[in-house]
Amino acid sequence: MQWEVVIGLETHTQLKTNTKIFSGASIKYGAEPNTQADEVSIALPGVLPVLNAEAVRCAIKFGLAVNAEIAPRSIFARKNYFYPDLPKGYQISQYELPVVGKGSLTVQVGDQEKTVRITRAHLEEDAGKSVHGAQEGMSGIDLNRAGTPLLEIVTEPDMRSAAEAVAYAKKLHELVQWIDICDGNMQEGSFRCDVNVSVRPKGSEKLGTRREIKNLNSFKFMQQAIEYETQWQIDTLEDGGTIHQATVLFNPDTGETRAMRSKEEANDYRYFPDPDLLPLAISPADIDAVKANMPELPEAMKSRFEQQYGLPAYDAAAITASKAMADYFVATIQAFGGEAKQASNWVMGSLSAKLNEAGLDIINSPVSAQALAGLLKRIADNTISGKMAKDVFEAMWAGEGDADTIIAKKGLKQVSDSGAIEAIVDQVLAANAVMVAEYKAGKEKAFNGLVGQCMKASQGKANPAQVNEILKKKLA
Amino acid sequence: MINASLKEMAAALSAKKISSVELTQLFLARIKSLNPDLNAYITLDEARTLAQAKLADVRIAKGDVAPVTGIPFAQKDIFCAKDWRTTCGSRMLENFIAPYDAHVINQFDHAGAVNLGKTNMDEFAMGSSNETSYFGKVKNPWDTTRVPGGSSGGSAAAIAARLCAAATGTDTGGSIRQPASLCGFTGLKPTYGVVSRYGMIAFASSLDQAGPMAKSAEDCAVMLNVMAGFDERDSTSLQRDKEDYTRDLNKPLAGLKIGLPKEYFAEGLSAEVATVVQEAIAHYRKLGAETVDISLPNTQLSIPVYYVIAPAEASSNLSRYDGVRYGHRAAEYTDLLDMYCKSRAEGFGAEVKRRILIGTYVLSAGYYDAYYLKAQQIRRLIAQDFEEAFKHCDIIMGPSAPGTAFKIGEKADDPVSMYLQDIYTIAVNLAGLPGMSIPAGFANKLPVGLQIIGNYFDEARMLNVAHAYQQQTDWHKQMPEGME
Repeated sequence: MQWEVVIGLETHTQLKTNTKIFSGASIKYGAEPNTQADEVSIALPGVLPVLNAEAVRCAIKFGLAVNAEIAPRSIFARKNYFYPDLPKGYQISQYELPVVGKGSLTVQVGDQEKTVRITRAHLEEDAGKSVHGAQEGMSGIDLNRAGTPLLEIVTEPDMRSAAEAVAYAKKLHELVQWIDICDGNMQEGSFRCDVNVSVRPKGSEKLGTRREIKNLNSFKFMQQAIEYETQWQIDTLEDGGTIHQATVLFNPDTGETRAMRSKEEANDYRYFPDPDLLPLAISPADIDAVKANMPELPEAMKSRFEQQYGLPAYDAAAITASKAMADYFVATIQAFGGEAKQASNWVMGSLSAKLNEAGLDIINSPVSAQALAGLLKRIADNTISGKMAKDVFEAMWAGEGDADTIIAKKGLKQVSDSGAIEAIVDQVLAANAVMVAEYKAGKEKAFNGLVGQCMKASQGKANPAQVNEILKKKLA
Repeated sequence: MINASLKEMAAALSAKKISSVELTQLFLARIKSLNPDLNAYITLDEARTLAQAKLADVRIAKGDVAPVTGIPFAQKDIFCAKDWRTTCGSRMLENFIAPYDAHVINQFDHAGAVNLGKTNMDEFAMGSSNETSYFGKVKNPWDTTRVPGGSSGGSAAAIAARLCAAATGTDTGGSIRQPASLCGFTGLKPTYGVVSRYGMIAFASSLDQAGPMAKSAEDCAVMLNVMAGFDERDSTSLQRDKEDYTRDLNKPLAGLKIGLPKEYFAEGLSAEVATVVQEAIAHYRKLGAETVDISLPNTQLSIPVYYVIAPAEASSNLSRYDGVRYGHRAAEYTDLLDMYCKSRAEGFGAEVKRRILIGTYVLSAGYYDAYYLKAQQIRRLIAQDFEEAFKHCDIIMGPSAPGTAFKIGEKADDPVSMYLQDIYTIAVNLAGLPGMSIPAGFANKLPVGLQIIGNYFDEARMLNVAHAYQQQTDWHKQMPEGME
């Protein structure tokens, strides 16, 4: 049988506010346990939540970025359950009326475009952490994270492969950083994906039973986990088994997914509107105020790059894949002043390759946009050839200085003086009579040999175009 | 001095006829002699109290005085007060020392008032007789075999026995007004949102409201000036201009239209209470007011609606008492679930457990729509009843409670009969309106309260209405025998 996988994502993005969603405590990562737990975080008797306006602005920003409805009135609800890291015994979240409604995000999967529908995005507070093993025979509770603002972004089950799911997750990851609502740090848990996976016979309309893979903190793991889970579900069904709804965890060491101890029955969270918080009202003026401070979105910037810089669609898309790369590109162009395509070639090519190899983000690139522009200038004014430029770039990467310094130090300056080149050509022609004879007898290949000899004689510094031209003239 | 008004006490302090320390010691001495029997206070801390009085004397000496500077008040043990044990009447918080001040406590501190101690109350404010307190029953000073009412029963007994100049209370379904009626003093529950709930331990968040409990309407006005005001730490606190609640105290009442809801004078009201209340209303007619008959048709529904909404909110509000971070934790347990179960089973009393169970039930999947949602819809109808009524009158009057103080233990095993104590007060909380109770006389030597219900933010007018009556009567000045 042909199977089809159906995937939906729920992503918890930690919002880049200074303080918690319902109190003034800091949300800075990595502080000593419970040093960022104020009376609200600890849920002392009598404390009350006050909504952080910045978290709301983040939610509006996201809504605008995915063309979603922003609810004029949304409700905070209590999700009741007992857990030691949940100090109030309930989580304040949004249930029936979320702040962000239906929207969509278009992603590139290979050379295909795919639109993923966003069901909703809602504001909620994070829980604290249980710390095991710090003290013998006891568990500790660290409430620093309790009350950290989250925007939970939920998609429709629109993705049909691990590749699509990962492409969506990556695009979302980039977007939330682009609009500056999340730092995107997956290791610190700022961006956590839960993936719902089900399979069904291809052509079937009915959704299969889903299992939810929790807390994937890298795209690589997400890909592996979905692939494993999909195959596991197919195998199970083909063996005559049934899939039971479950929450599963991915084990990066084995590459397998495994169901967590399943509870006998589903939790009843007894949601009800939080009487401590008024309904969240967002006016058109509030939305306009956020709009006025929105950065240009990737799609708009891509079109602009095509128009303004004459970049091919592919280049424009690649350059605007991240805000940091787009910023780098623009800085390069501004310092360079030459042909934009040259800049995009270098940013997408050599620079990206080196960054990948070193596992660095572009903002931490050892070669700055200004330095790269310096190199591009020397290519444009024929000081060095494209081939020489690769060596210069390597040296720049290694920290040997800017392009001009390296060119001077290594004596890489290209010879473009036609007198000097003519002398070299004459010398080569005299020394290679056989080749000359072959060329004259109609053997075209011999010409390339002569060019090579000239380049060798000049130690690679002769301008290849000029060598060609002079050789042709002399042999005519 | 113990029977003086807050204004008279302030004047005596300013004139240096008495110091704050002396005034405080006067009340501390009364507490020492009378509290062991009455059990009005859960926690006393003489050293802390006197230190505050000394600071007040320094302020007075410098002329830096607010209307309550140097006056000793009792604080209901539902308000967190920094470094004070704050129990909310529960074993769960028996050893809880609050590390911060509630807004109400802050306001009194800033005004230079003295905190005499934390008063007894029904556990987590759940009760109408102060019999559910982990720290023991409170006795009614008018008849110590009877209850003082609840849940602010400790504050009530403290005022009636003059163990404080005045006290704070909270009112979720009648917890200020019903004890005011049963103990013969003046208590006001303001419009929801007038006094910040920050630091006031939550029972039912959408109903809880703090208010003053004092001998007279004038005293309540002085206290409300201290307690009211916007607080950004409470999202349901109302952003309004500060007002002076004493401003209209002496306005004439001529032309005042008093609405008398027929449902408040129907079956269930004891005959002797009805007589006292009618006499008080007759007095208002003499003062130039006219009365009109009105109807609040959904009154009967207010009890069932309340006993869905309040327990629902309470069941969630009380989830934080899990033994993990503070409060009672069972001495021995096998695992996490066992720790939760034992800690809560030991820490909470029967009435609290009953309400947690009811609340959990009505919020459960499959029952939510039939109970919680339906109750919220009826709650709106109850508010509309009042809205309609206030088209025909300026103020509503009726009894505060269906009877006088009942015997300790009389209703303890009959929760429904206990819940009916609040039949005349609960609808006011559901609608978010202000309500007060003033002493209107006695039936069989026990105090009877007259309830005054105002429209939203009409506290100043209500205080005016009450004050006018108190200028011509002395019910509010009477003290229980043997307590002078």
